[in-house]
Amino acid sequence: MSVDKSTVARIAQLARIKVPEEDLGALADELSKIIGWVEQLDEVDTEGVAPMASSAEGTVLRQRDDVVTDGDCREAVLSNAPKTTKGYFVVPKVIE
Amino acid sequence: MTEKNMIAGRTGDWEVVIGLEVHAQVISQAKLFSGAGTSFGAEPNEHVSLVDAAMPGMLPVINKVAIEQAVRTGLGIKAQINRFSVFDRKNYFYPDLPQGYQITQFGDPIVGAGEIIIDMKDGESRTVGITRIHLEQDAGKSIHDMDPSSTYVDLNRSGITLMEIVSDPDLRSADEAAAYLTKLRAILRYLGTCDGNMEQGSMRCDANVSVRKLGDELGTRCEIKNVNSIRFAAQAIEYEARRQIEVIEGGGTIAQQTRLFDANKGVTRSMRSKEEAHDYRYFPDPDLLPVNLSEEFVEEIRRTLPELPDDKKRRLVDKLGLSGYDADVLVAERATAEYFEAAAEGQDAKTVANWVTSDLFGYLNKEDLDIADSPVAAKQLGALVGLISDGTISGRIARDVFTEMCATSKDPAVVVEEKGLKQISDSGELEGIVDEAIAKGPAQVEQYKSGNEKIIGWFVGQVMQATKGEANPQMVNEILRKKLSE
Amino acid sequence: MANLTDLTIAEAQAGLAQGEFSSKEITEAHITAIEAARDLNAFVTETPERALADAEASDKRRAGGDVGALDGLPIAIKDLFCTKGIQSTASSHMLEGFIPSYESTVSSKMVDAGMVMLGKTNLDEFAMGSSNETSYFGPVLNPWKRSSDDQSLVPGGSSGGSASAVAARLCLAATGTDTGGSIRQPASFCGIVGMKPTYGRCSRWGIVAFASSLDQAGPMTRTVRDAAIMLQSMVGFDPKDTTSSEMPVPDFQAMLGQDIKGLKIGIPSEYRVEGTDPEILALWDQGVKWLEDAGAEAVEVSLPRTKYALPAYYIIAPAEASSNLARYDGMRYGLRADGENLAEVYENTRAEGFGNEVRRRILMGTYVLSAGYYDAYYIKAQKVRKLIADEFSAAFETVDAILTPAVPSAAFAHGEKSDDLLGMYLNDVMTVPASLAGLPGISVPAGLSSDGLPLGLQLITKAFDEETLFRVADVLEQSAGFTARPGEKA
Ligand SMILES: [Mg+2]
Ligand SMILES: [Zn+2]
Repeated sequence: MSVDKSTVARIAQLARIKVPEEDLGALADELSKIIGWVEQLDEVDTEGVAPMASSAEGTVLRQRDDVVTDGDCREAVLSNAPKTTKGYFVVPKVIE
Repeated sequence: MTEKNMIAGRTGDWEVVIGLEVHAQVISQAKLFSGAGTSFGAEPNEHVSLVDAAMPGMLPVINKVAIEQAVRTGLGIKAQINRFSVFDRKNYFYPDLPQGYQITQFGDPIVGAGEIIIDMKDGESRTVGITRIHLEQDAGKSIHDMDPSSTYVDLNRSGITLMEIVSDPDLRSADEAAAYLTKLRAILRYLGTCDGNMEQGSMRCDANVSVRKLGDELGTRCEIKNVNSIRFAAQAIEYEARRQIEVIEGGGTIAQQTRLFDANKGVTRSMRSKEEAHDYRYFPDPDLLPVNLSEEFVEEIRRTLPELPDDKKRRLVDKLGLSGYDADVLVAERATAEYFEAAAEGQDAKTVANWVTSDLFGYLNKEDLDIADSPVAAKQLGALVGLISDGTISGRIARDVFTEMCATSKDPAVVVEEKGLKQISDSGELEGIVDEAIAKGPAQVEQYKSGNEKIIGWFVGQVMQATKGEANPQMVNEILRKKLSE
Repeated sequence: MANLTDLTIAEAQAGLAQGEFSSKEITEAHITAIEAARDLNAFVTETPERALADAEASDKRRAGGDVGALDGLPIAIKDLFCTKGIQSTASSHMLEGFIPSYESTVSSKMVDAGMVMLGKTNLDEFAMGSSNETSYFGPVLNPWKRSSDDQSLVPGGSSGGSASAVAARLCLAATGTDTGGSIRQPASFCGIVGMKPTYGRCSRWGIVAFASSLDQAGPMTRTVRDAAIMLQSMVGFDPKDTTSSEMPVPDFQAMLGQDIKGLKIGIPSEYRVEGTDPEILALWDQGVKWLEDAGAEAVEVSLPRTKYALPAYYIIAPAEASSNLARYDGMRYGLRADGENLAEVYENTRAEGFGNEVRRRILMGTYVLSAGYYDAYYIKAQKVRKLIADEFSAAFETVDAILTPAVPSAAFAHGEKSDDLLGMYLNDVMTVPASLAGLPGISVPAGLSSDGLPLGLQLITKAFDEETLFRVADVLEQSAGFTARPGEKA
């Protein structure tokens, strides 16, 4: 399947990356090339095969005890923030 | 005439179809995937770990209790427990969603289909299907009104465990929706899996509402987001249904959209943000493995389930002889039911039920108190009923004793003793007083003998006056009847 | 006394133990070497003061007789590991200036073992690349040059800074991370040993995530023994990483110096990938001979879906990455660009913060996960992944290890493949299959190309069988007798 400019624009918007109009064409070509190449997977018969999501598959999900062991580290949480005040992260105005 | 549960429009009756998605905060000490605490009312960003803030390289580790609580809730609504479930990522950007995705369960939730029986005011019951319950992370909180040009973000809630409880589109009126929420909250509280505190946000409701003419296909639905009280949910649904009917009857069509309920104006309105196409790109979270539950694990939780409202009601009616109405009132809240059962232990259950639902509730309502804060302990109320049953005091005196107990929290026996309220149950003493009353009213005796049985009240009055109300009324009645028939 | 920067870890340990030199001396030697080799651009952040403090503390511990497994050894850490109090960038503008308040589990174990922290090595941005040309902080140079020209060569990627630094004797060893070959491929390009353990051996906690189901840390050293020593201090169960393994950790060094008589070595013909340098295929044949001469039995094995590993990887890794990198949004840390409103701040931040390759992979990942494509691409790739893992399992029913080339070519020049997207991706064709299956693999320098560049051979074993991996790698290393060094024209 080839990817067109409007598709690139749509996924760039989903990924929240500004892509200048003049880059759309080149990106569409690159992605089309990669997509066309990965589509060779269609040659593989995967009928009835269970998808493998992790190399750790088959081991059990370990669970924590319900104990408070973390938090209360506001300084560490905020220390790299571009902007904070009164213990809050300050971000651009969100308009609902 | 409009059928029950239908809304009359200009073009005929409309049926409202409602499905509810409830986000219930799981009761636990720590968050779903981090060890930060969950208590309410902390300073901003205090209960936040590096995991909750999605710092680079941080990884989720699941809280055992979150899984237990979800399974417990599932068992409480007689649902299918899925022994295999998967955590997925739901990808979207929002400043209070630090990871850029919410960890939730999409394709394989931990709990499948179940049901809840709702009790309507007219005494009828209906079964509402539950589609599923899944576990997911809460987001943080965005505060828009502290600064004109910025939004403040507090991540204390980020990563707190939520159960999303999704109902089938089985509800047909705002009242039914309210009854559903009330019952669901009661079940969660009985189970101890959610405190149901809607004001603090530990239970929130999204309502999917559509309307149709009876027998038609489902209409286009609108989703009302994040309603935070049962009353508001009912108001929002009622408003939204009428709005949709008006739009359709005016020749318009309903656009599928997300709406907010404005509690001040009592209206729903479309969220202003542009309706971008949502594409959450769900996929299994590669940081987590699937959840596999053993049968023993599920059975162990089943063994420890408390008696739930429906079963308790059945027992109160069948075994204790309460009316269905009283039983409903008593089981509606776990705390009330527990109070009642403690009070009724060894006492006449129906009398205790009356005292709880009328006198005690009356007092608590008037004083705006929770049953947990009642000045009269359950055992004390039981003892009061005991004093009536064994004839120590009359029902009328008991009301005075109760008033004193409310004021002082004293045991009823102590109040009776201190105030000298013990009733006269000595038959010899009472016979003498009755004789005096009979002697005072020969005319009334005649009336009685000629068939006016009601006149007996006059004699009772005389006896009560003579004893300052302390005579055992039952005994007085018995002695009077015996002597008057002689 | 030998040049202190030429020592292996094992030699340095012995010298420190015998008091031939102090940690301070060996550390100073490396700091000097790093300063002299800045043109390699191997480091994003040098931490000489920290290194000297570590060294002095180590010398003090040693005087007290209490030393850890890596005590006093100057080591570099790939800048994908978060290090407490030290800028940790993933070689991205997005994280420039980001100073973690925490230390990754792996580096923390190494600190506990007494390592001397020399600094943070350069890498492809967010570990996405095979040539270290995508770093925001500039490309890394390979210390090797072709005998035929003087062009600067790439060190491979993404752990190119680590590979270059180890090869150029700027550190005794360095950490790497490997998602599709990011340890093994640069190791091969730089003539060093690069080892990726079984998925789950090393905790991923505190390592900037690229593709969570594939990422694995590992050692980059100059000898197999050094890799075993260093790995020992990196691995172990971590309750903070649900995918980290509780399997018992063997003594890796104990497997060295043993013979491989009777071991069966699988030779998969599918690794004769079209376009592979014939010299590499010849080296591979030589490798088979060496192992046979050492008493192993070479066995043909078939891994028919090998050619599909790379396309599957280029669906799975970008998909996971597109989600893993969503947290870099300018809200809580890292770069925040200007914008008129929130949407613009997001989009400008991520446009400025990410380089071209990262952007391309995020878009690719977003695409394959988006509505309507998920099953056709993502699920399909995971099914292929399962088949590939199953093929390996089947092969390991008959063989103890698999020998393949590590890379299809020797190091190439800067800019040589920049315009050839798929050609660049092909760098990982030999390493990606084991990554998808979560298996341990090691690249051992085995020879030089006719142009004087190092070439590596790769060994793969079944999951959690690093013992066999080291045992065979040791024999391979002995047989190859690779002693060439960068900077010496053949
Ligand atoms: Mg929902
Ligand atoms: Zn939800």
